[in-house]
Amino acid sequence: MGEGDSAVAIDDTRATARAGFRLVYNLVRPHWIPFAVSVFGAGVFAAGTVASASILGWVTDRVIIDTFDESAVAAGVGTAGLAIVLLAIIRAIGVVVRRYYAGMTSELVERTVRDDLAEQYLSQPMSWLRRFSTGRLIAHVDSDTHTLVHSLHPLPFSFGVLFLAIFSGTRLYMIDPQIALIALILFPTMTLINSIYSKIVEKPLAKSQAQVATVAGIAHESFEGALIVKTLGRREAEVARFDEAADQLRAYRQNVGFIQAWMGIFRDSITQFAVFAVLLMGAYRIQAGEMSPGNIVEVAALFGALTIPMLVFGFLLESLIPSVVAWNRLRPVVEATYPAQPSGVALPDGALGVVIDALSFAWPSVDTAPGELVLDDISLVVEPGEMLAVVGSTGSGKSTLCAAIGGVLDDVDDQVYVGGARLSDLSPDQRAKAIAYVFQEAFLFAESIRANIDLDNDRSHEEVSMAAKIATIDEWINSLADGYDTVVGERGVTVSGGQRQRIALARALVRDAGLIILDDATSAVDTVVEQQLLSHLRGASEATMIIVANRLATIELADRVVHLVDGRIARVGTHSELLEDPDYRNLVMAYAEVADG
Amino acid sequence: MAESQTVDPQAPQQTSSSLDVLRRGIRTTPGLVRGLAATALIGVAVAAGQIAVPIILQLALDRGGLTTGEVDIDEVTRLVIIGVVLVALTQVLSVIARRQLISRAEAALRELRVKAFDHVHRQSLAVHNEQATGVMISRVTSDVDALSRFVEWGLFAWVVEPVVVVGVFVAIGFYSWQLALVGLLSFAPVYFVLRWVRSRMAEAHDERRSAIGDLLGTFNEALTGAEVVRAYDAQDRTLARLERASSRRYETGLRANLYMSGVFVVGDLIGTVMMAIVLIVGITQREAFDLSAGALVAIMLLITLLFSPIAELGESINNAQEAIAGWRKVLDLLDEPIDNLDPTEGTVLPSGPLSIEASGVNFDYGDGIPILRDVSVALDSGSRIAIVGETGSGKSTFGRLLCRLADPIDGQVLIGGVALDSVNVDARQSAIRMVPQDGFLFDASIRKNIANGRAGATQAEIENAISLLGLEAWVEGLPQGLDTPVGERGSSLSVGERQLVSFARAAVADPGVLILDEATSSVDPQTDLQLTRALDRLAEGRTIVSIAHRLSTAEAADVVLVFAAGELVEHGPHDELVAAGGTYAEMFATWTGQ
Repeated sequence: MGEGDSAVAIDDTRATARAGFRLVYNLVRPHWIPFAVSVFGAGVFAAGTVASASILGWVTDRVIIDTFDESAVAAGVGTAGLAIVLLAIIRAIGVVVRRYYAGMTSELVERTVRDDLAEQYLSQPMSWLRRFSTGRLIAHVDSDTHTLVHSLHPLPFSFGVLFLAIFSGTRLYMIDPQIALIALILFPTMTLINSIYSKIVEKPLAKSQAQVATVAGIAHESFEGALIVKTLGRREAEVARFDEAADQLRAYRQNVGFIQAWMGIFRDSITQFAVFAVLLMGAYRIQAGEMSPGNIVEVAALFGALTIPMLVFGFLLESLIPSVVAWNRLRPVVEATYPAQPSGVALPDGALGVVIDALSFAWPSVDTAPGELVLDDISLVVEPGEMLAVVGSTGSGKSTLCAAIGGVLDDVDDQVYVGGARLSDLSPDQRAKAIAYVFQEAFLFAESIRANIDLDNDRSHEEVSMAAKIATIDEWINSLADGYDTVVGERGVTVSGGQRQRIALARALVRDAGLIILDDATSAVDTVVEQQLLSHLRGASEATMIIVANRLATIELADRVVHLVDGRIARVGTHSELLEDPDYRNLVMAYAEVADG
Repeated sequence: MAESQTVDPQAPQQTSSSLDVLRRGIRTTPGLVRGLAATALIGVAVAAGQIAVPIILQLALDRGGLTTGEVDIDEVTRLVIIGVVLVALTQVLSVIARRQLISRAEAALRELRVKAFDHVHRQSLAVHNEQATGVMISRVTSDVDALSRFVEWGLFAWVVEPVVVVGVFVAIGFYSWQLALVGLLSFAPVYFVLRWVRSRMAEAHDERRSAIGDLLGTFNEALTGAEVVRAYDAQDRTLARLERASSRRYETGLRANLYMSGVFVVGDLIGTVMMAIVLIVGITQREAFDLSAGALVAIMLLITLLFSPIAELGESINNAQEAIAGWRKVLDLLDEPIDNLDPTEGTVLPSGPLSIEASGVNFDYGDGIPILRDVSVALDSGSRIAIVGETGSGKSTFGRLLCRLADPIDGQVLIGGVALDSVNVDARQSAIRMVPQDGFLFDASIRKNIANGRAGATQAEIENAISLLGLEAWVEGLPQGLDTPVGERGSSLSVGERQLVSFARAAVADPGVLILDEATSSVDPQTDLQLTRALDRLAEGRTIVSIAHRLSTAEAADVVLVFAAGELVEHGPHDELVAAGGTYAEMFATWTGQ
């Protein structure tokens, strides 16, 4: 989570209400039915509210004052009580309908965005994914999406209160045009205050939003590296780092809160001032005999009702800003396009050869100086069924070469041929069937061991356990209480590095692929087990094997060796041929030297 | 709750009440309630401002002669001016109160967030292994944020609105205590209805929060495993998992929303019924209760003042439920015992190499599957020790116990003759250093990562460490030398390079005991040789424990410990073990026979 993320967020705060409404329109459009139901509920509430105000005025004149004037209980008192309760029930139904369906709309929108994100995260090529930090992509799923729909809640009400404004405006005019004039002056003023407020609050809000992501980013990194934090005794330093970010967030939030507190003044007192204005004006109108006390009560109630649109509208405008900010963070991810997947070409059965044609590659990262080639003009032919060892010092490009052949560099898929077909022409399904790529760092899903090995869930138990046998992990799995159904990972049993690697290996083997790539995939496995495992593998599979080898014994198993130096191929040949090269000899014989002491 | 229990095996089993959460929360961050009395006092003033409006209206109606038609404009004007000044005054007070409340609450939230973060790091590795990183992240982010949202929108209402409710009844009581009683009785059902809804809502919110935790965990997995997902064309199954988590999040959200919609109207409905009852009783009993027309109108308007607190109470109960659910999860985290608590003072270890002793050590990761069984061994200071054994034999775990990443369940580890759990924490961290196998680096420069090895490491010490390990040439070859950024989790460097940095990071600390956990396994032979030589020099005057893959390391060691299935089956010098013809001899034969 770098500086870049927050800078983008702050830059994108030209969040005008117009942009907000356009955004909200686009979000709601696919879910318009629950939204329309919600707006209908708001309309019912509006009608009920105006009717309630009128009843209150009528009760004042015809029930209360008449009763006191005539010293006899007015006949309408029972009816009045009933009418008041009935209208309350109608209002309540309106509110429940509006709120439930508004909630449903925003939950639906959230789910749609989440599912869009899920699809992006899974369909985009690695090169795209590497451009974003994990912390940011995770924040999109939860807090950004949540903020995005924050403005949807007041939206149906804002629509519904248009009715409220029309109904109560008409009613006010009917009572007294001069009083209606107060409303006409008062409410545009409120709108103006609201929009000024929106302008003031938008930048602080954007800052606090971006800081939330920064805090999450630090937590993410720090917890992922918990072991290191512990062994280095870095806890206090990490806490200090987190505290600094949390304090910044506190300051931003407090700032926003202070602005909101000032705005609260206008919100809370507007009705009260309006009632006083009505009272004063009403006194003159009653003196002139043009209004009744009941009218004052009704007008006061209507003014109260009219502030609801202002409140809701203000709340909507206010929540539009964070929504637009959240959308500006989400948009580059949600709306990204990805290339269509090729439909595939014919591949031969059995072992698949590999041809690499003048391949060069540099990580498209801002961190690396431009032109820093990790792979430099690599051309290589691997025969079907051959075992090729990739040897080179740290940073020579071994893993990158594996990634290029394994098809996770995407940019160079045109220069790699597997089984005679360009990687870029293979469908994802074909690729996965043809190439079994085992990574340096074994990754397991938080699922059962069986599901981890048989990712497609289309292999028999015999096939799964055979793969596990070859990977020499079968015995361990059987020793577990739940055997192959044992859940591993964060919520399951603890799995050591070596066990992890061997499960990942079994996952590759069960696919029966024509090409197996092992990128130092047995590094956490003991030497003895590794040798046993590789010879099993050679015996059981005829597949072409490309293996990054750091142990002499492994290199000696290979048919040929490619020696990488600084991203270039220094030499290709058999181990004994390459031994003539002093550089190669120094490199691989280092073991012998260590062993000799 | 079912899910959250599987996620947090250490969490207390019973769901604590909201009041309990509040109590625990205040105990954790007392700053939250400091000065609350002043805020409440201002809350009373704000409420008084609201109640003043109907009272002034009543005075205007009765004294201003609005009901009779003989209007006294001066009186009405005077009353209106008093009203306006009163309202303006209380609004200014309310801003002061809100600002105080916000700054205190935000400060307390920061404290809570940082405490939770600290607690996660204080827990032993046994706990870390069991808990999802995603879940822990949501503890210090979205759970605290739920509290923060409540502070922004609901907290002030919680202070002011109860006062308004009480004030309204007091004001009605001034007009007629009988009507106040009638009102109170018809208002009473609110309490029971809200209490019922609140418990339902609490459940719904707990479910929702745990669905969020699951969702984040599942997305985290899909992102960290992105390469595997692509290489194995596992998009469809992973997407199905994500959509399942997303659907559950949707369903739990909808359920919480249902209660929220219902609770919102309770106040309005009951308030209106109350108004109708008060109206009918007031009209029929006007003489018995000694009411004026203005007073009855004022009472009706006073009752409308109750609508908004009750309605907003629904809203803030919703916010509060969410906040309480988040708060409870954070507090539960803080309540999880730290199983390897550091001693307050502790014994300081001497400098220089230290001896190691284990006696009757048993260990498991809390799941009952024994990892180490009755391991006892004594090792001299300054010796080179190699631990060998098959994957899963417990050798890595034994190494972890030596630097107290977790405590044994039974038995004891002594370093330099001192029981490890009574060693001063700073002394332990500087005297015992582990280089773990995953070589995790922070998203910073190489220089910064090496400096992390010891607090206050100087530039000269960093460069010394580099030259001690013979890494000058490697550093020079980097695009920006020591200032090269390593990327997220060190991803811009290869695994081997990451380990080189880890070594330098350990070298800076100058420990008396160095534990190398499978550290050289991914480094190519040439770099490995470089490191081996540097480590030879680094080993000078230290006790070295290598969790070894290669028997060459064992061959060069003074003592070899052989682990099998959690037990220490053999130990002694390489030559003796080979001659003895046991497990180790067999391993060595396979290795040399390559």
